[in-house]
Amino acid sequence: MSKRFDLLTIYGIVFLVFLYAPVLLLPVFSVNDATVAIFPLKGFTLKAYGQMVNNPALLAALKNSLVVAVGVSVVSTAFGLLAAMGVTRYKLPGQGPVMSVIMLPLVVPSIILAVALLVLVRQVFDIPLTLWTVAAGHILICVPFSMMVLMSRLEGFDRSLEEASADLGESGWMTFWRVTFPIAMPGIVASLLMCFTISLDEYVLAFFLSGLDQTLPIFLYGQLRFPQRLPMTLALGTTILIVSTIIVIFSEILRRRGVQSTKPTGL
Amino acid sequence: MSTGESIISLRSVAKHFGSVRAVDDVSFDIRRGEFFSLLGPSGCGKTTLLRMLAGFEVPTSGAILIDGQDVSTVPPHARPTNMVFQNYAIFPHLSVRENIAYGLRKKGLSKQELAQTVEDALALIKMTGYGDRASHQLSGGQRQRVALARALVCKPKVLLLDEPLGALDKKLREEMQLELRQIQRTVGVTFVFVTHDQEEALALSDRIAVMSRGKALQIDAANRLYEAPNCKEVAAFIGSMNFFQGSLRETSGGTALVDAGPLGQLSASAAENAPGPGSQVSIAVRPEKLRLAWDKPAAGQNAIAGRIATEAYFGDRSHYHVAVEGLAEPIAVAMQKSDRLLDDASSIGRPVWISWAPEAAVLLTE
Ligand SMILES: Nc1ncnc2c1ncn2[C@@H]1O[C@H](COP(=O)(O)OP(=O)(O)OP(=O)(O)O)[C@@H](O)[C@H]1O
Ligand SMILES: [Mg+2]
Repeated sequence: MSKRFDLLTIYGIVFLVFLYAPVLLLPVFSVNDATVAIFPLKGFTLKAYGQMVNNPALLAALKNSLVVAVGVSVVSTAFGLLAAMGVTRYKLPGQGPVMSVIMLPLVVPSIILAVALLVLVRQVFDIPLTLWTVAAGHILICVPFSMMVLMSRLEGFDRSLEEASADLGESGWMTFWRVTFPIAMPGIVASLLMCFTISLDEYVLAFFLSGLDQTLPIFLYGQLRFPQRLPMTLALGTTILIVSTIIVIFSEILRRRGVQSTKPTGL
Repeated sequence: MSTGESIISLRSVAKHFGSVRAVDDVSFDIRRGEFFSLLGPSGCGKTTLLRMLAGFEVPTSGAILIDGQDVSTVPPHARPTNMVFQNYAIFPHLSVRENIAYGLRKKGLSKQELAQTVEDALALIKMTGYGDRASHQLSGGQRQRVALARALVCKPKVLLLDEPLGALDKKLREEMQLELRQIQRTVGVTFVFVTHDQEEALALSDRIAVMSRGKALQIDAANRLYEAPNCKEVAAFIGSMNFFQGSLRETSGGTALVDAGPLGQLSASAAENAPGPGSQVSIAVRPEKLRLAWDKPAAGQNAIAGRIATEAYFGDRSHYHVAVEGLAEPIAVAMQKSDRLLDDASSIGRPVWISWAPEAAVLLTE
């Protein structure tokens, strides 16, 4: 196959450059020996990374974010799994509208969702803003993602496997643990990882719904007010970028592998 | 283990899906230790009936007794039955060994006993050494065997098989038929076997229930179904059959005389419960029970004159179609090599006589 440098190829390259070049500046400036993020580069240093790991406020924010992300990924995946099992195996009355409502957070601008949730939490229920409220907000936006990942995994799930399990003497609950759950496992792991990254990166909902305990993105944004802390912020951003990328790639690999192993293997 | 005693009793069992009567008031018994087949065309309710035996469907009405116990509403995991699914339903995330051991968790076996049971099962299905294979590394026939072993290790009172050979190619299917029959003899478990393949049912079964539109038409041994079908539908479904319509003139001494319109008077053996004179009946004769001859046969036989329409040569036998005036369908005749007419094509179109002895034909009511 010959490479063709036609308009479409050029467009594709330009597109990718615009998409990723700014992101790639982040790691570059994070190791630059200067407090301002401008060219030309001054020299290589890991000072910013040192500042980062020695900053107690940052570490607290990181811990908050991790706790929330872990909780959110587990709860969202549990909800997502139940919902995905429901829609892939039963024809429920009103399934279409219910699905649309579950998927709504995907299309509603998060600022609007955040304001609405804030009003609900503070004005209607008068609940204090804590990491719990942040987690609740994150679960709301993670469930649709989890559900989509798990639906693709459970689509075409062979119901006769569950019947075979029942026939071999297992009740519904044991059938779930011995058959349904292990077969859905790659999807579950993918969903956990995806929800984890979504929660870890999420800014707007966390900004509106957090109280005194900040999550990492909020902390990060707060640091931008102090020019001298910019390198540390860049270092932190770079770290998050790398970790997120690794997790997303890993979950995508798992998902693909899962899709392959469910393909009928011939009789 | 005594045969004759029934292990399954179906009492007026029906299953309706909305307005569809998938199984429609079926009553019969299956004997302990027998190889019993449910045979019928697609959609006649075989799978539904089997699923009711397994507990996946609850009868709309009627009762199912297994070993004297009413199990109509007992869930599948609490029934003394196991099933071999049509697609085998091998657990994809488990090895062959784990698949076979799946149902043994609650049997309270020691590790050693469990391993031994699985090994024995692997030996029974001639798959020793395959225990660690993943399910996707198995051929169709092997998956079928694993499904069989997985069900048999649970020591069910009844093994249910839903077209287990349907997905295999012809050669493998024939091998597996023999093997299935042999395994059934070895373990002595009652098999209830669903198939739409009549040859398979005839070859394997002790008894067969012929089903149609949710009803069990006849329940009998293979040779009885073939020789003495109890209705036109069974007669037409099992093997091929020639039918002659007519009205019954009289029955005497087990032989019925029938006025068959343009064909004249025909005779057939009649059951004791034959209908009264004047009723509309059919005479059914198998193609291989008919004789062809150039000359008019002697009296005392049924004889019809016709013309040979087609001849198909199969080496050991030949099949003829004979067109008869007044009959819409030609009559099918199968003759062994020894009795065959001249082999040459010149027999096509020649007038010929078809004859059969009265006891070779069966009288059927409409
Ligand atoms: N779950 C169901 N809901 C509605 N109708 C059903 C259901 N299961 C079976 N039926 C209908 O009941 C009838 C009998 O179906 P069944 O599957 O028992 O047939 P079968 O004899 O096993 O046919 P085949 O040889 O094609 O497997 C069919 O008309 C089928 O459409
Ligand atoms: Mg069927």
